[in-house]
Amino acid sequence: MTDTPASKPGQTEVWITGIGLATSLGEGLDANWAALQEKRINVDEKGFAPYIVHPLMPVSFDSQIPKKGDQRQMEAWQRIGTYAAGLALDSAGIKGNKDILSKIDMVVAAGGGERDLNVDCGVLTAEAKGANAPGFLNERLMSDLRPTLFLAQLSNLLAGNIAIVHGLGGTSRTFMGEEVAGADAARIALSRIASGESDIALVGGSHNGERKDLLVLYEFGDFNLKDKFAPVWARKDHTGFALGSAGAFLVLESRAHAEARGAKPFARLSSVVADLAKRKQPGDMAATLEKLWAKLPMHEGKGAIISGATGAEPATSEERGFLKSHADFPVRSTGTMFGHTMETQFPLGIALAALSISRGALFPPNDSTGTEIESQGAPTQIVVVGAGHWRGEGMALVEAVR
Amino acid sequence: MTAPRDKFGRPVVVVTGMGIMTSLGAGKADNWAKLVAGESGIRTITRFPIDGLKTTMAGTVDFVSVDPFSSTALSERMADLVTQEALEQAGIGAKGDFPGPLFLAVAPVEVEWPQRSELGRAVGKLDLTYDDLLRISGGGKYSAYHHRFMFGSVAAHLAETFGTKGSPISLSTACASGATSIQLGVEAIRRGETDAALCVATDGTVNPEALVRFSLLSALSTQNDPPQAASRPFSKNRDGFVMAEGAGALVLESYEAATARGAKILGVIAGCGELTDSFHRTRSSPDGKPIIGCMKKTLADAGMEPDQIDHINAHGTSTPENDKMEYNTTSAVFGELVQKIPVTSNKSMVGHTISAAGAVEAIFSLLTLEHQRIPPTINYDIPDPTILFDVVGNKARDARVTAVMSNSFGFGGQNASLILTREPA
Repeated sequence: MTDTPASKPGQTEVWITGIGLATSLGEGLDANWAALQEKRINVDEKGFAPYIVHPLMPVSFDSQIPKKGDQRQMEAWQRIGTYAAGLALDSAGIKGNKDILSKIDMVVAAGGGERDLNVDCGVLTAEAKGANAPGFLNERLMSDLRPTLFLAQLSNLLAGNIAIVHGLGGTSRTFMGEEVAGADAARIALSRIASGESDIALVGGSHNGERKDLLVLYEFGDFNLKDKFAPVWARKDHTGFALGSAGAFLVLESRAHAEARGAKPFARLSSVVADLAKRKQPGDMAATLEKLWAKLPMHEGKGAIISGATGAEPATSEERGFLKSHADFPVRSTGTMFGHTMETQFPLGIALAALSISRGALFPPNDSTGTEIESQGAPTQIVVVGAGHWRGEGMALVEAVR
Repeated sequence: MTAPRDKFGRPVVVVTGMGIMTSLGAGKADNWAKLVAGESGIRTITRFPIDGLKTTMAGTVDFVSVDPFSSTALSERMADLVTQEALEQAGIGAKGDFPGPLFLAVAPVEVEWPQRSELGRAVGKLDLTYDDLLRISGGGKYSAYHHRFMFGSVAAHLAETFGTKGSPISLSTACASGATSIQLGVEAIRRGETDAALCVATDGTVNPEALVRFSLLSALSTQNDPPQAASRPFSKNRDGFVMAEGAGALVLESYEAATARGAKILGVIAGCGELTDSFHRTRSSPDGKPIIGCMKKTLADAGMEPDQIDHINAHGTSTPENDKMEYNTTSAVFGELVQKIPVTSNKSMVGHTISAAGAVEAIFSLLTLEHQRIPPTINYDIPDPTILFDVVGNKARDARVTAVMSNSFGFGGQNASLILTREPA
């Protein structure tokens, strides 16, 4: 028993009371919602050609990160995350609330920061030209690396920067491990609040998809989408993911804590479960998704699924098979609309589920394969599915507050 | 007869298996013998050229080999070995079938220089750009590097090898990571989600870029000669920490589950606490409040008073700032007791094992409880007159030890403390 269903008797109900989004579609809830309604996708097919990325819609970082010195200490992924975290705190109405921020628990899903491409290429070029003295690499790194670059790369310094910029003084944990890190961050934060260990938490992640060093890493496994954009479900013969830039943060809060301060919920986060399928045989991953599905405390009523499917194979086909066996739940894909934002994809999925519930409608489909179909009416429960491109499966149930 | 629940009604969490590896050697027996003998594992680096470096020594684990070498592969291998040792001692579950989740503290993963240079050579041009690298990275030739350099790869490997349950969590809270992995395990057992948890912390990142990064932040000692004398916590002439490699694994169980299966109980995780410092990316708040709060939270979590702590296993990095700050904050929490409680820093001998340190030092604390003997802080020849700890200097000390506080503080404002006891309170 290692999952954390939050619907046990005696456990505290957990609400989503704040959402912060800065994505390729825009910043804030209205801009993202409008783009989803208009099926507007922001892809750059030229800047990283032949690779396709979903670039961040430019934001004014000053509004959430007022000190230029702070901005300079961060690389893009940290700025995006610190910005989105600020939006989430604003959304929850707790920005600057010292009493709450001094105790808020933070669980962040993070990768690592961007490299200095010029330094890397300078070293490789010198090596190609014959530099091979012992200590050559040492000397170049000692002279060329910006002293504080390390802090902009360290995984836990996204949380560190959020704490510094927004004045968070509770606890801080950073989970790594690609897509499922986002699910595990939500899972642990939820279980801590549900069990009474914590009252309120900031959960989320951020990702800069506009990075050639990351493209190299995923190109090792031939995971990058090339040449032509297509919705994730239509990539069966042209596989891969298009990296996306996004920050997505949520404020999770016990119902009692939220009610005491008069906070309104977007939705209730009822359960988050995760597992690690072996993925050695076809069907392993789908079987794990079925197992996770069975653990969700679903109720009668209109449901939907928000999938973080990447477009990479064989994971996307396995997930499509799983989705077909739950055809009464209309599907939406964040990968099509936002690109693949790795650790951020799952928090982004929860954010969109909560937003859909609070706005009384699922956003429209954007798919030609029939995997996503039109849906009418207000969903009261949305399952967020996050299957990693290589490893890790997570699932969450987001419900309307009753 | 001990109650299976603590005074707050939560399941008591005990340790039933431990595995450790540091620059001193492999396993508890070897490490403990060398630790109480005051031996240093710090040596001049031989893994790669040291020309052009300001710091040329580290606590490397050179007796474990991985091929092809990468820091992540070394971290994974060390984690394998310490986990095997811990599971053998615990005798829990079946081979490849551990009955609980994995919490892994691991250094952030990235493509490393040997692999990057290999790509550069494969391009075969004199002037290289990332576009050149990108053009040759696909096609399957380097697919093993994708798997190797996924952040979740070490945890996935351990989960598959040892059959842990559910989604393994890879975490980083910088130098507090090892303590955080234990804290996550304790919390899962206290919430009743599991009866057992495997908490592992590993760090094999002594490589040129990692060394340069810390060096550029002026965090490392440059007293290279002799290397064994470089790490000198609480000494007046300390000048920085010494990077080191190592790993630790702990099998945690609820007291009830451990006694039900007749397991030998090695100690109790009586309390854990953490508190974020939002002052600065690398420096502690000058008033020390977050660290003070962290220690107080940990005491409260254990339901203990300062006078019940009879030994402190310090973070004690040997940086000028940390050791002073640690003394000031400990004084604020412990008052006059601060001069009476014996304090030691294992880092004087094994160096700073970074992501692994919290777990490595928790295990040394548990061995201290078992042997009733406190390992020394070596190189303590010129005490810092402003640090009035009762430092266990240079020679191990026999002492009655019933409860140890182990502290970990890291970049990014990460503070975590643990309280370990011999018997359930």
